[in-house]
Amino acid sequence: MDSLTPMIDGFGVVLEPVNLLYCLIGVVVGMLVGVLPGLGPAATIAILLPITFGTEPVTAVIMLAGIFYGAQYGGTITSVLLRLPGEASSVVTVFDGHALARQGRAGTALGVAAIGSFAGGTLSIVALSLLAPVVAGFALDFGPPEYTALALLGILLVATVGNGGRLKAVIAACLGLLLATVGRDTFTGAERFTFDSLSLADGLDFVPIAMGVFGIGEILHNLEQRHTAAAAPATVANAWPSWADLRQSAGAMGRGSVLGFLLGILPGGGATLSSLAAYAVEKRRSRTPERFGRGAVEGVAAPETANNAASTSSFIPLLTLGIPANATMAMIFGALLIHGVQPGPELVSAEPELFWGVVNSMYIGNILLLIMSIPLVGLFVKILRVRAAILAPITVLITLVGVYTVRNSVFDIALVIVFGLLGYLMKKFGFEPGPLVLAFVLGSLLESSLRRSLLLFDGDPTGFLTRPISGTLLVVLVAVVAVPPLVSLLRRRRAQARPAEAEDTRV
Amino acid sequence: MSARPVERPGGGEDAAAATAPAEDASVPGPRPAAPAPAGALEGAGPAPGATDGPADPDEPAAAPMGPVANAAVALVVMALGGAGIAGSWSLGVGTPAEPSAGTWPLLISAAITVLGAALLPQLRSTRDTEVFSAASWRVVAALATMVAFVAVVGVIGFEIPSALLALVWLRFLGGESWRLSAIASVAIVAAFYVVFVGLLAVPIPHLF
Repeated sequence: MDSLTPMIDGFGVVLEPVNLLYCLIGVVVGMLVGVLPGLGPAATIAILLPITFGTEPVTAVIMLAGIFYGAQYGGTITSVLLRLPGEASSVVTVFDGHALARQGRAGTALGVAAIGSFAGGTLSIVALSLLAPVVAGFALDFGPPEYTALALLGILLVATVGNGGRLKAVIAACLGLLLATVGRDTFTGAERFTFDSLSLADGLDFVPIAMGVFGIGEILHNLEQRHTAAAAPATVANAWPSWADLRQSAGAMGRGSVLGFLLGILPGGGATLSSLAAYAVEKRRSRTPERFGRGAVEGVAAPETANNAASTSSFIPLLTLGIPANATMAMIFGALLIHGVQPGPELVSAEPELFWGVVNSMYIGNILLLIMSIPLVGLFVKILRVRAAILAPITVLITLVGVYTVRNSVFDIALVIVFGLLGYLMKKFGFEPGPLVLAFVLGSLLESSLRRSLLLFDGDPTGFLTRPISGTLLVVLVAVVAVPPLVSLLRRRRAQARPAEAEDTRV
Repeated sequence: MSARPVERPGGGEDAAAATAPAEDASVPGPRPAAPAPAGALEGAGPAPGATDGPADPDEPAAAPMGPVANAAVALVVMALGGAGIAGSWSLGVGTPAEPSAGTWPLLISAAITVLGAALLPQLRSTRDTEVFSAASWRVVAALATMVAFVAVVGVIGFEIPSALLALVWLRFLGGESWRLSAIASVAIVAAFYVVFVGLLAVPIPHLF
């Protein structure tokens, strides 16, 4: 019962008008961004970070969280209407969503997606409310060795989930770790990689790096890639799904919620992986798998439910362990640090208002999402017609002016441009910027935990293995590194043996 | 876990759809180059956003770079690691029992060097890169406008550089008409002035 009171008090925080307003702004902005192909939630959060500086930390996070799950839904709209996933997590929605739209049932697809998003999000929040304090309580016993193993595992999982470019992702992560060492060493006071520059003595700031590699880098990349944009259809008819559609997709939503919740907790899992997994599960379970890809309602319900459930549950490692599970969570982590809040096991007990305020805001955010999604579809279709040529300079100027306002520093504007160029080049050369930002964020935690652990163990690195939790985590870490290459080797052998099998999109 | 993950190793939710399962015919290619959706939408007319610059409107998705460029990437990564090693060495290497300021950067730099070398055997099979095209000049021009912006913003305030940046992006990078570009760039600066100077009162350098 002890945990119930702060949980209920959290609703008091959420229901403050200013927080409701920012929740609304976040969800709307998130949906808009999801609709506009190009900028993802991590980039949007990076660009909009400066405008949260004037607010309370809880208000800021409520808005940023709203952007995150709003974008998950926004991406659906372009997937269904244009066959263009606005977000990576909406890729699978394209298969059946667009097929439904071609049959004139775009409204059904969007309605099922909205209801699924709501169901997945809400079930995931309930589970989060129950589970997060338990995880946090457990993590209170963590010492530097556990944090070393955890941070290392988090970075490595984010860098290695996926098939292509794993090596480059790990290089990007190492680069992020190296960037985190710039500035004065907290242990010895020695200046590292500052090149005698006063501006670098305090280290690189998270904001220009994130705004640069995500924001400017993405814009530069789009500038080069700009091609004929897809045209938006004029109208969307019958926006609500029928009872039959809902009955048909109910099971998919239930399974999608559970799967999304579980995969969202895993570092590197997140919304994209869970949407893909949920789709695959439905297709495999179905008695009529041939309908999938041709307009199966479950094929929209499952991934959309799962990606919202996952985006909610990925707050668990962030809020309870202080380990962000993906690039977007790294942005929210950075935002919390800027506001003077250290996410971690103590957060639940030390700042119950913030913790429960953020968690409970997700209920409200999901309701807002459900209420607004269907009536606003027409508006979103119009927004799709706004030219990228007009949006690009506005976004760039927001970034350049915004980063200045963080520390009143022209040097930071220069930094954002430098990191924008870096982000662009990374994309060109096949390096994802996500692991870099995540590793940069975790870099100082990792270094200080490692050095403290080594002092603790008197320089004996086997100490990590003899402690049960850090030892287990390190075993998992080795498995993460070793298993995927083995699996892909086995798959390649099997694919060679049975080439017909390769057509499956199974997970 | 995943046999064919769509998510790029970044785990970033914004990772483009570029790694969508290639076998499935219903998946669009890399987003920016995706063709207009088949069927259903033909009647919708030409895209309003069809503002391609002079460069190749029908250029296919950017092709991957060749082995030489991949080798250059690997060498740059290794050089970076090498520079990191040299820099950390001068900071003091320390010992496991008494790590010094250079210990951790040395470990990472060494890892970068090794990982860079590990890229070398894959020179021919690497497919995740994109060649620079004729359209890459836009990126250079865009960077030049930003560099000009940061060079003068502290001296003459943000209004004139912002208007000029917007004008260049709209007219030359976006291919908008002179009229729209002029009006929009003034409107953008006016809006920024109202929001940043008027409403938020942030101390951005400004003329007026």
